[in-house]
Amino acid sequence: MSAVTPPRIEVSGEADQPHSQVVRLEASNALAMDCGAAFGPLTIAYQTYGALNRNRSNAILVCHALTGDQHVANVHPVTGKAGWWSTMVGPGRPIDTDRYFVICSNVLGGCMGTTGPASTNPATGRPYGLDMPVVTIRDMVRAQAMLIDHLGIEQLFCVVGGSMGGMQVLQWAASYPDRVYAAIPIATAPRHSSQNIAFHEVGRQAIMADPNWLGGRYYDHGSKPEKGLAVARMAAHITYMSDDSLHRKFGRKLQGRSAPTFSFDADFQIESYLRYQGSTFVERFDANSYLYVTRAMDYFDLAEDYGGVLAKAFQKSRSRFCLVSFSSDWLFPTAESRSIVHALNASGASVSFVEIDTDKGHDAFLLDVPELLATTSGFLEAAARARGIDGDRQ
Amino acid sequence: MTMDDTPGGGRRAVEKESIRSDHRLIADMVEPHTRVLDVGCGDGALLKLLAAEKAVDARGIELSQRGVNHCVAKGLSVIQGDADTDLADYPDDAFDYVILSQTLQATRRPKAVVEHMLRIGRRAIVSFPNFGYWRVRMQLMFKGRMPVTSTLSNPWYETQNIHFCTIRDFVEMLDELDAHIERAVALNSVGTPLRVSAPWWVWNMFGDQAVFLLRRGNSSSFR
Repeated sequence: MSAVTPPRIEVSGEADQPHSQVVRLEASNALAMDCGAAFGPLTIAYQTYGALNRNRSNAILVCHALTGDQHVANVHPVTGKAGWWSTMVGPGRPIDTDRYFVICSNVLGGCMGTTGPASTNPATGRPYGLDMPVVTIRDMVRAQAMLIDHLGIEQLFCVVGGSMGGMQVLQWAASYPDRVYAAIPIATAPRHSSQNIAFHEVGRQAIMADPNWLGGRYYDHGSKPEKGLAVARMAAHITYMSDDSLHRKFGRKLQGRSAPTFSFDADFQIESYLRYQGSTFVERFDANSYLYVTRAMDYFDLAEDYGGVLAKAFQKSRSRFCLVSFSSDWLFPTAESRSIVHALNASGASVSFVEIDTDKGHDAFLLDVPELLATTSGFLEAAARARGIDGDRQ
Repeated sequence: MTMDDTPGGGRRAVEKESIRSDHRLIADMVEPHTRVLDVGCGDGALLKLLAAEKAVDARGIELSQRGVNHCVAKGLSVIQGDADTDLADYPDDAFDYVILSQTLQATRRPKAVVEHMLRIGRRAIVSFPNFGYWRVRMQLMFKGRMPVTSTLSNPWYETQNIHFCTIRDFVEMLDELDAHIERAVALNSVGTPLRVSAPWWVWNMFGDQAVFLLRRGNSSSFR
């Protein structure tokens, strides 16, 4: 872990003036949200890579995870690091930007340019804070569909994402069956488990217990609940890794010392690593956004919208699915993916599924895991042939 | 059940221009434009054949990650899973055909697997190596050794085949399951079908492997 501190850029800068393309949807075109609110105006910040072909048939929508953003395959404007999925997306990569038109938008409730609690409320001239209506996964997907409409794309060739991104993929397939040719939900679940809601609640309580949170109005006071947000990130980060991968990376190794200090310093490498993860996270993420986006995951239960029968969610689906899980992922264990596979089978959908053997835990979907890349590229290759994408290449 | 250890999958496949003799026979039993589930589909060779020749909606279950990746890359819909545990999750009558080719002997509970196949599919097709084959009997009788033949190519300590049966044993199990045999074919060691008119004992003696096309019997209580 090289402890390079990224340049400090105010989060509100990206929230209101992102280094991204944006589409502004006027209040007349309000988003009907699950909580009952008609929300607008709305800004959606997004990145695109590659070119849309003549038939508009080669568009792939990438859905990002909890703390991800639209910067999939370009240098991040705040951290200066490579895009979060540069192993997967790029020229010659499985999601080949020489071949496909790749779109990724910041989720509703996010803090990288799509409207969220850190965005300025045009009615007040101040950030929304907790005045922002509570967002669901379905709301995020509705907003993405508005963006896809705006881009003039009738049907997406593929919708792909891991973790919370995978929830969006499932929601896309259920809500817009005709608009999804292929779907790749990775390391995800049809509903957020009790254990996962519990972890989220710990994170949210850490933020709200920070005296700088100020009931969510910290923007007005020039402060940030950095301590709380960092603790939330540290707790969450543990859930992204497996016991084995932690042990392999850190074991009980001491950080820059040969003996314990008999204090509460970060004696162990794992402590130092988590502190670093926490401190860099607060540079790029808004605490209220963390509350909203974790909440969206908590509320996700796809079957609930279909009378408790998950198979009914996919009844109208003609999409071809490819699901991937990881053997050491205890946050979104293989059993969750299998329950989706069973539902898809019961509804007669075309489905492939592979559990990849790795000790990298939930984080595996973001890492350079050759089997993941091979499965994805093989599936997309076959789907592109079936869709005739090479035929109408421009 | 992995693609690397499918009995009979290696040598003969190459000799016969990569179409296995039991695959050829199975493909002939399948009606066009049907829904097919191949349990233990390996690298997807049979599914690919059925999709190409019979335009079936081809699905598979395969234990090995490598096999699944092969299949997915070919555009086949294949799920990583285990015949012994995962068939229970499929609804009744979900498929027109459920196929188990050269995999029965590698399952932990062969009878339960066939029972599920008859429940899930309108028809079930099972191909398996015949342990009553004369070469097998000879090796046991005269050498006193576990048999190694073209369909049983691994030594006993490395084989994944844990539940061998003869054609007669299999037919007896079908009776217990109240399964109706629509067609049965025994193949000799070069993959040629034995004469249909030959009695059971001839099949049991000279069949290197057998292929059965089954459906639920009339008094079946599977459902």
